[in-house]
Amino acid sequence: MSLKHLFPALERGGVHYLDSAATSMRPESVLRAMDDYYRYDSANPHRGLYDMSQRSTAAYDGSRSVVAKFIGALPEETIFVRNTSEALNLIAYCFAPSVLGEGDNVVIPITEHHSNIVTWQYVCKKQLAELRYLYIDRETGAIPDGEFSKIDGRTKIVAFAHVTNVLGSVNPVEKLVAAAKKVGAATVCDIAQSVPHMPVDVRALGVDFAAFSAHKMYGPMGIGALYGRLELLEAMPPFMYGGDMIEDVREQETDFAPLPSKFEAGTQNCGGAVGFAAAVKFIEEVGYGAIAANEAALLRKLTEGLRKIPGVTIACDAGAYERHAAVSFLVDGVHPHDVSTILNDSDIAVRAGKHCAHPLLDYLEIPFRSTTRASLGVYSDADDIDALLEALPKVRRIMGYGD
Amino acid sequence: MAIEEMYTRLITEHSRDKRNRREMPEATHSHRGVNPSCGDEITLRLREEDGVIKDAAFTGSGCAISQASASMMADLLTGRTAEDAKRLAELFLGMIRGDVTDEAQLEELEEAISLRGVAKMPARVKCAVLPWHTLQESLK
Repeated sequence: MSLKHLFPALERGGVHYLDSAATSMRPESVLRAMDDYYRYDSANPHRGLYDMSQRSTAAYDGSRSVVAKFIGALPEETIFVRNTSEALNLIAYCFAPSVLGEGDNVVIPITEHHSNIVTWQYVCKKQLAELRYLYIDRETGAIPDGEFSKIDGRTKIVAFAHVTNVLGSVNPVEKLVAAAKKVGAATVCDIAQSVPHMPVDVRALGVDFAAFSAHKMYGPMGIGALYGRLELLEAMPPFMYGGDMIEDVREQETDFAPLPSKFEAGTQNCGGAVGFAAAVKFIEEVGYGAIAANEAALLRKLTEGLRKIPGVTIACDAGAYERHAAVSFLVDGVHPHDVSTILNDSDIAVRAGKHCAHPLLDYLEIPFRSTTRASLGVYSDADDIDALLEALPKVRRIMGYGD
Repeated sequence: MAIEEMYTRLITEHSRDKRNRREMPEATHSHRGVNPSCGDEITLRLREEDGVIKDAAFTGSGCAISQASASMMADLLTGRTAEDAKRLAELFLGMIRGDVTDEAQLEELEEAISLRGVAKMPARVKCAVLPWHTLQESLK
């Protein structure tokens, strides 16, 4: 059964929303939780001794516990940040300099989002270290075994997405973690594209850090979480300085608060945290089993349908990887921005462009350095896929190609 | 507006047209314009002699609208004075902003008048104006 009726943005129709990998829509329960918090409980948490501040504190801290449990972490290991990018920056600023020196290297797959590239470029330049890429097979999208030897004795950090945002491919986390552990490198996993679709347990993944955003998993924009192993976070210096992250301040010295407050300076995004926790509850109520079953069936329908349309090609379609909830495709001779504008005329919302992954598109030598991407969410249904498959053949015709 | 009214034959043909898509070794002006948000980019090249644009061409990559706009603009510029070219750029931008609607006045843009519909597509305005902004920068 379609869950569109739970999402105000979708229930009234008018849009086939196939851009959940960019941001998901938010269900009524998340909107209500945030609205209730701001209406009735939004005193400053951690400060007041009166009832409303206590309720606010309980809402904020309680939300953290919900989010931490969701990924199998402790609340002290779960830092609220603005988004995945900020979480990765926190690692780059507060952890990387302590392990990375001249001649060392950071290793990332070529499939990464800019948030997991630019941050490492920054820190590698600063520390005179090298940024190395694991290249994928252009046909299959998989990382060949030979690439893993780039993780060597000078590797200090291996960073990778769990599920990649352009191809929807699942990275071989187990192999990456094993290769990193063998040489004593820290591992950073961007789980932003996986948590909306599959259960993620940071300890089972065995990574040192993980980062994700609420807005891709039915929560609000402007809040995300960083997971870090306790002993690593404890050894790291603060990221931002200010209120609420201190234990004691003297004129020239400060003792910082214990985790997680050490990394949360100033009044935090409490409404966002409440929405984040409500989004976790929403996912748990629907259940990953139901989510995965729906998305897998739709993805099959989508990929099979795309392959039948003349002039349409799926990127890296040989698919030696498991694909999750996203497909990038090309329409021969047509720029993806034109594809998207034409699809919009049929009320279809897809992402078109470079997907914050310029190095990948260059490496794959994709025409126009851009793709069109359709991605799924919990509310996606067969109607959405049918609408896309029906509208796509029109694209080349409208653009003046005679097929 | 139906989508077919945007992607007219004139626009789709210009977007693929190769006449003005070329290098120009003898260019007197060369300027690169980029839309960072979508990645469209063109390099506009002009050959100006005695204040008159003798040749206009471009290279680059982008959507049909940006490329068609560049091709139409190159056609329009040949034989114009630099001052005239600046005035036409203003006229085109005025049309896209919706400030200039007088048909007789817009006729002067020749085929580029066919991009008028972009004014109603806010997401695509930046594509249509990229070549013209590049022209303005190049003649500064």
